Amino acid sequence: MKFTYYPGCTLRTKAKQLDIYGRKSLEALGVDFEEVKEWQCCGAVYPISRDEVATKLSAVRTLNSAKVEGEGKLLTLCSACHHVLKRVNGDMKNDENIRFKANNYLALEEEYAGETDVIHYLELLRDYVGFDNIKRAVKNPINKKVGAYYGCLLLRPSKELAFDSPENPTIIEDFIKAIGGTPVIYGMRNECCGAYVSATNKEIAVKKSVKVTDDAMGHGAELLVTACPLCMYNLTENGNKKVPVYYFTELLAEALGVKE
Amino acid sequence: MDKLEQVKLVKERSGTDARKCMKCGKCSGRCPAYNEMDVKPHQFVSYIEKGDIDKLLNSKSLYTCLSCFACVERCPRGVAPANVIEAVRQEVIRVQGENKIQAEKVPEMIDETIPQQLLVSMFRKLNK
Ligand code: SF4
Ligand code: SF4
Repeated sequence: MKFTYYPGCTLRTKAKQLDIYGRKSLEALGVDFEEVKEWQCCGAVYPISRDEVATKLSAVRTLNSAKVEGEGKLLTLCSACHHVLKRVNGDMKNDENIRFKANNYLALEEEYAGETDVIHYLELLRDYVGFDNIKRAVKNPINKKVGAYYGCLLLRPSKELAFDSPENPTIIEDFIKAIGGTPVIYGMRNECCGAYVSATNKEIAVKKSVKVTDDAMGHGAELLVTACPLCMYNLTENGNKKVPVYYFTELLAEALGVKE
Repeated sequence: MDKLEQVKLVKERSGTDARKCMKCGKCSGRCPAYNEMDVKPHQFVSYIEKGDIDKLLNSKSLYTCLSCFACVERCPRGVAPANVIEAVRQEVIRVQGENKIQAEKVPEMIDETIPQQLLVSMFRKLNK
């Protein structure tokens, strides 16, 4: 099976580690993948209003590329890209009005109707590679107490994201165990970091991110992992600055022995 | 614009049925931005149902809601307060001259650490 790899804008600039170590690990695990040929930014936020169509088109283009260029398995890394692509795909499947208008705009050779599966990298590890196989491939176990930071976008709304339990998720903890770390469970792991409001109202982001980092440390976390560049930014710039935050792919590459 | 028409538009745009709300307050109880809001998430739902849109259009909550979807997740009646907040914000910024961030301001914000994702999200939320 071949996956169509979608990096998204931030992974080529401020979140290079998420991308580079993500690719290296896929190679080490023998996963076949190819980047979307002419990808565009997904738009970063899901356009909630039911009358928005134009703001969804770039996501639809990417979804359609995965269908046409690849085998219809779109692989995402950034939590926000995943959130946007997955929800827009749901609209293309279930909302006749949006499907009709988007197809009218794009005038594709064949209508797009949500045929692509949007798969987050962590879902690929769980459902396609398997955490047991990862465990077997580990060369340098992490041997640290690691706090999973889920944030919002991978989990909610769970009816649409269908990623894991929105209140008691386990996927990142299972990932941490697979790479030889000890997961630390803390209450704030699925609380918001302050998101984009940090750009206009830093105070809110500081309040939220300090709460998250304090809570994780209070439960003994030596480091945190995230899949989201915006969470990474808020937790490191606006958090308590006492606990390091890594992209989950960086720890994976380290454990697999492919991090230089 | 006629108020009734405006209320109708916001309701449609939100894609959620405010009449289903049973006023339990769970959405507001779970909201991480509750303390930063003058109008609370459950009030967005009840005010729009009552057609009381002026309070919503002028609320500072439009700019403190984090779009974290915790309220949507928690609502036992399948109502989406975040969608009402978004629909009202759109009602504000879609009017000419009402953008809350100007494109010219964005380059000034760029520094070594700020991710593109943050700039794009902010711009999408505050500019039309
Ligand atoms: S989406 Fe907005 S209103 Fe809903 S819980 Fe999050 S911050 Fe509160
Ligand atoms: S959680 Fe749902 S039912 Fe309860 S007050 Fe909020 S919108 Fe209404």
